[in-house]
Amino acid sequence: MSLNKINLNFLTERILNFFEKIGDLFIYYLEQGGRMVIFLLYSLYASIRPPYKIAPVIKQIFVIGALSIFVIVFTGLFSGMVLGLQGHNTLKKFGAEGLLGSAVALSLIRELGPVLTALMVTGRAGSAICAEIGIMRNSEQIDALECMAIDPYKFIIAPKFIAAIISLPLLTAIFDVVGILGGYLVGVGLLGTNEGAFFNTMISDVKFADIYMGLVKSVFFGLIIAWICSSMGYFVHMARNGGFGAEGVSRVTTNAVVLSSVSVLVFDYFITSMLI
Amino acid sequence: MKRINIEVIVGVFLVVGLTALAYLSVKLGGVSLFGTDEYKVNARFANISGLTENATVEIAGVVVGKVSRINIDTDEYEAVVEMLIKPDIKLQDDTIASIRTQGIIGDKYVKLTPGASEDIIKPGGEIMETESSLVLEELVSKYMFENKK
Repeated sequence: MSLNKINLNFLTERILNFFEKIGDLFIYYLEQGGRMVIFLLYSLYASIRPPYKIAPVIKQIFVIGALSIFVIVFTGLFSGMVLGLQGHNTLKKFGAEGLLGSAVALSLIRELGPVLTALMVTGRAGSAICAEIGIMRNSEQIDALECMAIDPYKFIIAPKFIAAIISLPLLTAIFDVVGILGGYLVGVGLLGTNEGAFFNTMISDVKFADIYMGLVKSVFFGLIIAWICSSMGYFVHMARNGGFGAEGVSRVTTNAVVLSSVSVLVFDYFITSMLI
Repeated sequence: MKRINIEVIVGVFLVVGLTALAYLSVKLGGVSLFGTDEYKVNARFANISGLTENATVEIAGVVVGKVSRINIDTDEYEAVVEMLIKPDIKLQDDTIASIRTQGIIGDKYVKLTPGASEDIIKPGGEIMETESSLVLEELVSKYMFENKK
């Protein structure tokens, strides 16, 4: 009799623990989501609120934009080249090699340009943003700013937001142009498509709506990267696997890169479905 | 010599990026920075099925303009096609506008056949002689039913 009672207590405890874990996780993610949304609102407000300081923004454009050019040029060139190769191979079956130009340009401008640029910038600059802010939080520099009545959102976060929103469309445009050049090199130079047809179909098929779609996407992706990477770093001490420590920063940085890469692809679908 | 600092590199980045953006929108997107001096000509068709805005306008296979707007005239139920023609192309007032297809499944375009009249169509004028778009299904059904009789 007493043995049964003990077993029952043990079982109810296990069941309660199980539900406690689920509830705990749910509340944690709800809080984390709420923190990030409030962070986004504060940062956007800090970005548009005077006084405007140009120097920190320039420094961030250097880090996020200018230093990414080499990566962007290389990925763009090879994406365009492989598009030329694949497109030529498929279009050859229909005898429509002339459409290669428009196929390469449209897929670069609409999809691959904004998305691949965003993924590259996430890897190159997003991780750096997250680690930098995480270490500032760890070494209590953000608390020090607050003690001196300097708004950390205005001082640290806003320049990164503005720089990301300026840099991403420009990097995407560079990616597109270099990609088209790559497609031209392979399609016309290597495989011998008609050069006139390559450029004519491109010019007649690419509309301003396509370029506008790519621009809107890249601006949103810049916002997403800056938002997710800096908020994860800013709240490193509250993260489940974070905490005040080097290991916490490294784990949170990994999470930030994964989360912003995934969000870029998810939001890509929704922005496309709204604009198409 | 001036030292290369962050500002220089950022400046180069901004200029290169904006140039790429401008190239894309002007060269490929067809955004015209300056007003064009092309002139407008209208033409009425009974059927323009398949013709879209920005389709080309050709004379003897050479592109001389593009379709800028397609409207419907609600009194006559006719399609009104507005075309922008290059300024150095003069159209006689007995020019024939017909809608043709490039290849079998290609895009529709407007073909202009110049006439012999002395009078030139003024900007904003109208081409009186038009030929509608050929609808393949109608031709096929016509052929089939005529054969049965």
